[in-house]
Amino acid sequence: MNSTPNEQVPLADNSIIDLQEVSIFYSGKIAVDKVSFPIAKNKITSIIGPSGCGKSTLLRSLNRMNDFIPGVTVDGMVTYGGQNLHGSEVDPVEVRRCIGMVFQKPNPFPKSIYKNVAWGPGINGYKDSMDELVEQSLRQAALWEEVKDRLHESALSLSGGQQQRLCIARALAMAPDVLLMDEPCSALDPISTAHIEDLLFELKSRYTIVIVTHNMQQAARISDHTAFLETGKLIEFGVTDQIFTRPQNQRTEEYVTGRFG
Amino acid sequence: MTTDTYQAVQASNINKRSTRWAEFLIQSGLGLCALVSIITTIAIIIILGKEGFSFFQHVSPAEFFLGTRWVPLLEPQSFGVLPLVWGTLLVTFGAAVIAIPIGLASAIYLSEYASDRVRSIVKPILELLAGIPTVVYGFFALTFITPLLKGIFPDIQVFNALSGAIVVGIMVLPMIATLSDNALSAVPQTLRQGAYALGATSYEVTTQVVVPAGLSGVMASFLLAISRAIGETMAVTLAAGATPNISLTFFESIQTMTAYIVQISLGDAPAGGIAYQTLFVVAGLLFVITLILNVLSQKILMRYQEVYD
Repeated sequence: MNSTPNEQVPLADNSIIDLQEVSIFYSGKIAVDKVSFPIAKNKITSIIGPSGCGKSTLLRSLNRMNDFIPGVTVDGMVTYGGQNLHGSEVDPVEVRRCIGMVFQKPNPFPKSIYKNVAWGPGINGYKDSMDELVEQSLRQAALWEEVKDRLHESALSLSGGQQQRLCIARALAMAPDVLLMDEPCSALDPISTAHIEDLLFELKSRYTIVIVTHNMQQAARISDHTAFLETGKLIEFGVTDQIFTRPQNQRTEEYVTGRFG
Repeated sequence: MTTDTYQAVQASNINKRSTRWAEFLIQSGLGLCALVSIITTIAIIIILGKEGFSFFQHVSPAEFFLGTRWVPLLEPQSFGVLPLVWGTLLVTFGAAVIAIPIGLASAIYLSEYASDRVRSIVKPILELLAGIPTVVYGFFALTFITPLLKGIFPDIQVFNALSGAIVVGIMVLPMIATLSDNALSAVPQTLRQGAYALGATSYEVTTQVVVPAGLSGVMASFLLAISRAIGETMAVTLAAGATPNISLTFFESIQTMTAYIVQISLGDAPAGGIAYQTLFVVAGLLFVITLILNVLSQKILMRYQEVYD
């Protein structure tokens, strides 16, 4: 980690997204309970916790992907650029152009590799050279060398790890402010996982990344800040080193040392 | 039974004691039932082939496939099948022009926009439409659609291709809508989410991601519907009439291949004569055309299932 964050630095400094008392309900049943923490610009923030603790649900509230799940309601504020993302005047389509997302399972479109990357900028009226943008995005996702001679082959012909990097390239082509990643390595083998973790380090200088992960070693390795959730409540939030070495809360300690979850 | 006694029974009982007759009977019975449809199909092919063969001993294939006059019952006889093929094509084309856009639009609405509640009401109604006897549709065409058309186009004949095309279009529409809806609904939700996460609108996701991803299923539904339109009998006989005619407009009476078969089957031709044999050769042609379309749509569907396993 090139810039190991120091725990003396107040975390709220230069945050890009602020969660304030965010509660999320599935048809009235509470899934996330009054969670507040900031997401710092150009850092990697990981959200960890046992299965069903609401971490994916929380992540999806950061770019309005919960809108597609019937019966979900969000209380509290998710401020981004001074605006509440869940405000009635906010257009979710615009939100998702600024805050991209990579999913648990690679989900490339059944189109060519090139079109997978070019599609998002295309529908959003990108005017400059598409070839350059595609190359640049694939390079950023560390996939260019592997696919440069087969850009017009189907994306479905790629391996799982390559498909996931293609999905990352696809998200990067939109030049998002923030990249949300929902367990992006859970369907991948260790080598592909290492590829993607290396990639996240590279991307940090340009993007803010929020990653949900099941894998605590992964969170410890890659993230600057960590939020630990249990049964929808934020148990502890802080600098990753501190969460993993000197947690303040006993539940956090039990979780990160593998005593449950 | 305790575990001990159960195991004892098992150990003493592994030798074959007798054939399991009930098992054998059930198996044979089921096999026979499956055989019925295969034997029927083979019998149909044999009969069509035999009668068709003797037809072609009297009429040259060139006259049959290329001739433009179909006068099998009156002297001088002429056996050019093109007017019947043309009638079928006209009705099928008109039906496709009506049913494909509306059917696909309904499918898109059902799979992408409709709430579960709306879907649970509309889908059974569509399936109900598919169960109405076709003669009822024919009557509907004759007594409702044709008078309506007469109001718009005063020159239109009582029996006309347009009315037939419209009613066949209405008939195959539920098929396109439900089969295409199935194909679109089978497109994984994760693909839609991936597209939405790139800042796409519902319309962009539907037209540029979901429909292309489900395209083979959608195409298969079109082909099945066209094959059904080609084979449709009662509705077109009632609506479009019985005048073999290479008409360039939809306003005149025509005769489709199926309508011709109905006409002859009702007793217009003496058994055994050449006019009677035309029945089989026209039916054979129909059989081959629909078989090709069905095989084609099966092939497309299989490709589609390979992609999303």
